[in-house]
Amino acid sequence: MEFPVELFINALIAGILLGGFYAAVTVGISISFGILDIVNIAHPAFIILGSYIAYIANQRLGLDPILTSILVLPLFYYLGSLIYQVYYLSFEKRGQEALRGLAFFFGLLFVTEVLLILVFGVDYRYVQAGYIDTTLRFAFFDLPMRMVVPFIISMVLLAGLQWFLSKTFTGRAIMAVAQDQLALSLMAADPIRIKRIAFAISIATAAIAGALLIIIQPVEPSVGREYIGRVFAICVLGGMGSIPGMIIAAMLLGIVESITSTFYGPSWAPAVAFGFLLITLAVRPAGLLGR
Amino acid sequence: MSTLTVLFRQMTFALAFLAAMFTAGSAMAADPIKIGLSMALTGGLAGNGKAALLAIQMWADDVNAKGGLLGRKVQIVHYDDQSNPSTVPSLYTKLIDLDKVDLVVSPYGTNLIAPAMPVVMQKGMTMMSLFGVGVNKQFDYDRYFQIMPLGVDSGYAIPNAFFEVVKAMNPMPKTVAITGADAEFGKISTDAARDIAKKMGLKIVYDRSYPPASVDFAPIARAIQSANPEVVFIAGYPIDSVGLFRAINEVGLKAKLVGGGSAGPQFAAVKAQLGPMLNNALGYETYVPSEKMNFPGIQDFLKRYQDKAAAQGIDPLGFYVPPFIYAAMEIVGQAVEKTKSLDQKALAKTMHENSFPTIVGDIRFAKNGEWTQPRMLMVQYKGIEGNGVDQFRDPARYTVLYPPAFKSGDVIVPYR
Repeated sequence: MEFPVELFINALIAGILLGGFYAAVTVGISISFGILDIVNIAHPAFIILGSYIAYIANQRLGLDPILTSILVLPLFYYLGSLIYQVYYLSFEKRGQEALRGLAFFFGLLFVTEVLLILVFGVDYRYVQAGYIDTTLRFAFFDLPMRMVVPFIISMVLLAGLQWFLSKTFTGRAIMAVAQDQLALSLMAADPIRIKRIAFAISIATAAIAGALLIIIQPVEPSVGREYIGRVFAICVLGGMGSIPGMIIAAMLLGIVESITSTFYGPSWAPAVAFGFLLITLAVRPAGLLGR
Repeated sequence: MSTLTVLFRQMTFALAFLAAMFTAGSAMAADPIKIGLSMALTGGLAGNGKAALLAIQMWADDVNAKGGLLGRKVQIVHYDDQSNPSTVPSLYTKLIDLDKVDLVVSPYGTNLIAPAMPVVMQKGMTMMSLFGVGVNKQFDYDRYFQIMPLGVDSGYAIPNAFFEVVKAMNPMPKTVAITGADAEFGKISTDAARDIAKKMGLKIVYDRSYPPASVDFAPIARAIQSANPEVVFIAGYPIDSVGLFRAINEVGLKAKLVGGGSAGPQFAAVKAQLGPMLNNALGYETYVPSEKMNFPGIQDFLKRYQDKAAAQGIDPLGFYVPPFIYAAMEIVGQAVEKTKSLDQKALAKTMHENSFPTIVGDIRFAKNGEWTQPRMLMVQYKGIEGNGVDQFRDPARYTVLYPPAFKSGDVIVPYR
């Protein structure tokens, strides 16, 4: 039987595009869970909040969802900062962050979901933008802009974050805080302030991920739950705290899902993707680029 | 104290006691009839759950405005089941044992109705079921009644309507692709579609399910395209239906017919988002605003529902679920009035033996509690421009292809 090269290349491209989106959704978890060791299980709920804000601005003002997400970045940043302050004072400071902190974020997930229901209702919401219905065709492969635009924005976001974390003092301090808080204090950096900034950044990324999500598919308040398992899996697969590792993991998961869907049946996609995760962790327990 | 005085006092006491008893009796007679249910007010099914609850409350208000049932007001006792099947058994136990409801109505949807069944059956309650597909096949409970117009063989109603359209095409297509979500509804529909297709002698060139939480459907659309089917039967849920239809259009899938079994295009938000992508697609509907479906009372109901829906953030058109939920409650009310009792066995007997006029037409139940005749509409969408919701109020947007009694036009091929 002839190998369908066209189908394979299209599946590969679709997987890369999908992986780019997964990376945008996961980067917040990579910072909070991977670097700060905070199990923010409510992160997908903030992504959905970002989707709803993009929806409101799109519906009432005709604003592009990505532009909206950039405009509300500071709001999400301060929201993240506030949440970390509550988390720190209530749990981390008292050394109760393990189980009670997890319960706190579970609570936050449900409270955010119910607030979304009360404010926006439960109907499916979507956005309009010229590029959403556009597909570029080159020879035998096609590029739906609905997936290409989120991929590009995701890559820009991740490149910016990687630059910030590796080149700036605050960024380096964020990378250091998970390793040795005392050493960081000796360098005149307040570890709590650094962690607050890092957590705020992680929540800020949810604004952009939310906009990308509502470009790809309609949302309703509980749809974020679908992503909890996937984002934590990508974070672990990439290696805790490694943004490049997370990007590679997201791409691999996207490609594995896409190729499995195309050739072996979509139902196998999650099993194959998570099987891949298990095998990788068996060989490299620290994840792809973990230390 | 004289004997006479004692006797007088005793008589006064007795009269006072009798009066108190009489008053208490009157109060009991005036106690409301409690109708209990759990409903998906949060979680994935909340969109339909909230719309269903609104319809139930509208019915209760209407009934109470006319004096209630059996001279008693009606009270709806409801809890949020969070679209989570594991909450349902305890909620129905609470409704029946602690809240002492007189009647029960099911939660919304197959996955939530099934876990209510063992409790309801154990307590011997008669239950009106709201949009469950094939639930009673497992339980065979003679006090179960279901309002979705699926007919006796409920799992086959939607695929059957799709393949009846295929059968009527000239020349009849020879190849079919079948795909659906890996969940209760998707599986029931694709199983039935496979069976029907085989019986029709169609060659199934693609037959795969997908996880409902999939994000990108392009690989599925491309795999279907590479199998080159003449017709494509899809049975998904709202979000994945949007993803799949988008991918089909992005990939440029060429087929004569596409759609048929997806829960999605029935909702205003999905209709609006897909917009022109729905042109020539097939979808099932329970109601469309056509002259042939202008049942007494439905226009009034829809107008009142639509006035309230916008404020609650639920489906602004309300064609799919709300009229049938209201009709379900009309049947409960009529059964109580006909039976003149809340006895569960007698109520079930009344519901089996009678036909009930409702805002969605006359309904009679078969032995297994389903409609005696299926009435799922297979519709082809057409003339859709842009993404406005209001255009879907226009009967011209729907060509009813099946069943023959409601047919309003012929099928247009190809889809693309």
